[in-house]
Amino acid sequence: MNTLSETWSWLTTAAHWSGPDGIGNRLGEHLYLTVVCLLISCLVALPVALVLGHLGKGGALAVNLSNIGRAVPTFAVLVLLLLTPLGTRGQWSTVIALVLFAVPPLLTNAYVGMREVDRDVVRAARGMGMTGRQLLLGVELPLALPLILTGVRIAAVQLVATATIAALAGGGGLGRIITAGFNLASTPQVVAGAVLVAAFALLVEGLFEAGRRLAPRRGRAAAP
Amino acid sequence: MTAPPDDCLARNEWICGAYLSSRREILVDAVLQHLQLTGAAVAVALLLAVPLAVAARRWRWAAGPVLGLTTILYTIPSLAMFSLLLPRYGLSAALVIAGLVLYSLTLLVRNILAGLRAVPEETRQAARGMGYGPLRLLLAVELPLALPAAMAGLRIATVSAVSLVTIGAIVGHGGLGNLIYSGMNTYFKAQVLTASVLCVVIAVAADLLLLGAGRLLTPWTRRRA
Repeated sequence: MNTLSETWSWLTTAAHWSGPDGIGNRLGEHLYLTVVCLLISCLVALPVALVLGHLGKGGALAVNLSNIGRAVPTFAVLVLLLLTPLGTRGQWSTVIALVLFAVPPLLTNAYVGMREVDRDVVRAARGMGMTGRQLLLGVELPLALPLILTGVRIAAVQLVATATIAALAGGGGLGRIITAGFNLASTPQVVAGAVLVAAFALLVEGLFEAGRRLAPRRGRAAAP
Repeated sequence: MTAPPDDCLARNEWICGAYLSSRREILVDAVLQHLQLTGAAVAVALLLAVPLAVAARRWRWAAGPVLGLTTILYTIPSLAMFSLLLPRYGLSAALVIAGLVLYSLTLLVRNILAGLRAVPEETRQAARGMGYGPLRLLLAVELPLALPAAMAGLRIATVSAVSLVTIGAIVGHGGLGNLIYSGMNTYFKAQVLTASVLCVVIAVAADLLLLGAGRLLTPWTRRRA
């Protein structure tokens, strides 16, 4: 396996890790973009989904948003935003595109989670005299948490993937190593970049999975 | 001296009728390439997914590795997937198809397996009692009953594949993605918008087509009047 050893030697060359185009800097950019956009998307999507789920309104929109998001190519949205006046303002077009793709899974999962809370439990809580706010924060939110976190996980992995495609449209992140490799016609660099991106995505997925397994099993213990 | 033409192409407008009429052949070629890549990928994925799902249903030990492996494949970002396959396939359409097959596989295997698992045990036993062998049970009872779930997976996989083909532009085989990529480099707004809209149109059309096909194939799921 010639490519494999060349990829390995590319990855272990110290010069490829430092500098503005180095792996270290690109990894930082990727992480920064992912975290910032995940926070923004959560701040945008979760309050809306929680309130809509609590009121039981706007369900068709919340559920169909994910399907619409799937049909719209990420790459097309990135390039379209890049060609608008926003494109000249540094990272903004990338951030907006990333947020647009992270919001649907967050919204859909949080909404479905809120609606799937046992209606008997909700009625019991109302019967005990809970206000809407107490019901939302004290009963529905904790019970919907597993599905909400599933949405956060899907959004996080989606963000890692989309941040890679952002490099195709001139953004930063690990994808730049791949696109630079294509421009240099250097297969080892392309494969090395791909390995880094894949490892990063799997690491994010793995961290969420580990967090889910370590979390207290309050919800399951309560089930009959 | 001739004045420069003052049409929407020269002004670089987003929506441009002159672009549509003057670049018709390029657009048709791109759409056809897009459809070919998507169709080939989904067809190959379906051929692989059915035996995998059946195997995972039949042998309990096979379910874990099959589901685990396809989930890992699905997590890998598309640009990285195409790049990882580069040493094997080179800059070819086969590279894009192979990448798309790996993505579609996850969605198809999961849904077909869910459909097979949802077949009621009583139904299986009734078929066995009527003298159905394992193969006939699979072909005549289990797979038809798994069809609605499988069609749902097929719709999601197809719509995703239509959108992911655009990333194939990195290796020059991206269908409409090629137009988006070259339009980005030349700031050609009409080309980027037209190609993007066509992508969404193809995705929606494919989804509706499969929805209709699913209804025709599973008449028993429709409520009787």
